[in-house]
Amino acid sequence: MKSKKAELLVGVFVALTIAAGLMLALNVANKSMSGSDDTYTLYAKFDNIGGLKVRSAVKVGGVTVGRVDNITLGNSDFTPVVTMSILSEFNQFPETSSVSILTSGLLGEQYIGFQPGFAIDGIENLGQGDYIEDTKSALVLEDLIGQFLFSSNDG
Amino acid sequence: MNWLINLGENTLNRLEMFGRATFMLFGAIVAKPQPLKLIPLTIKQIHVVGVQSLLIIVVSGLFIGMVMSLQGYTILVGYGAEGSLGPMVALSLLRELGPVVTALLFAGRAGSALTAEIGLMKATEQLSSLEMMAVDPLRRVIAPRLWAGIISMPMLALIFSAVGILGGHLVGVDWLGVDSGSYWSIMQATVDWDKDVVNGIIKSIVFAFVITWIATFKGYDSIPTSEGISKATTETVVFSSLAVLGLDFILTALMFGIE
Repeated sequence: MKSKKAELLVGVFVALTIAAGLMLALNVANKSMSGSDDTYTLYAKFDNIGGLKVRSAVKVGGVTVGRVDNITLGNSDFTPVVTMSILSEFNQFPETSSVSILTSGLLGEQYIGFQPGFAIDGIENLGQGDYIEDTKSALVLEDLIGQFLFSSNDG
Repeated sequence: MNWLINLGENTLNRLEMFGRATFMLFGAIVAKPQPLKLIPLTIKQIHVVGVQSLLIIVVSGLFIGMVMSLQGYTILVGYGAEGSLGPMVALSLLRELGPVVTALLFAGRAGSALTAEIGLMKATEQLSSLEMMAVDPLRRVIAPRLWAGIISMPMLALIFSAVGILGGHLVGVDWLGVDSGSYWSIMQATVDWDKDVVNGIIKSIVFAFVITWIATFKGYDSIPTSEGISKATTETVVFSSLAVLGLDFILTALMFGIE
């Protein structure tokens, strides 16, 4: 048994490493969430995306249903186009839904707030590759202050 | 004139040393590998190099995580942002401190031992005796140690980061009263597997390669006297620490510098 001591300790070492790796994967990096879950893609055009970033969350009433995949500028009209991948289990959103760019907290990061619309007869659900028509841009603090100063000068 | 001669001589010596180091690496790793003989030897060396470094790695990881949590808390609480303690501890450990501190400790704990051992083997002519018996010392002595270092240091770095995050939890949550849920959940939302964890592992593999290469080469190339071995051991620690810190900047710039 004496001769196997090194092998045993190396085995313990490997097991510890696997445990550390698993802890980092599941507890720290939350790999299962960012992994290869089934998703479908939606697009939305905004006038201004503010500080939205790739991998920002897409939330319905605070529940994360997807993430921002890509942000590009539209070819013809020079408006930002945001590509979102939404988890397939949330595939019942009607076409009348709207999205807006919101900020979590005063200094927090920006995310996309998804507002499901009314589902009436004749309104279809959003599917792979659809554009969301009703969008509200990010609140840019500098614009807001500018408007405030402008309007207070008038009065 | 003289300093030009010195400069040229020094440069040539360095280049020659680098050439010898590359020959050693090639002879040990690339040329005619014999995995059946190599694997048991490597496991024995992983025990010497990796398992016996485990204690210092775990203890320093724990304390570094705890200190970072304490320092981070005193700053973050001023902004009411102590919820961000989790990602701060996790990101700095995974991206920088895990690979770098592990590499420095590894250079001091295992690298110096490797150099001294191989140097003494050379001084007592054990390496020459191996050659007399038609056993290639590069494959019998150097190769298992190289592989053991390259395999065990990334493992140690992973353990270091994990223990450090637990240490940060210990101080931040259990002692200072940060909410446990926000410690983990904001960490999970911020830390990315590919970008943060995998890049940290890549870093530690690079460091492991450099450290064990320097350590084995310094021992193999040492002057076989007591002064020669002590000089080689010192040089191992100094060179590999400097190489780790320099490479860390380059790797960080490549990995996280430009979005």
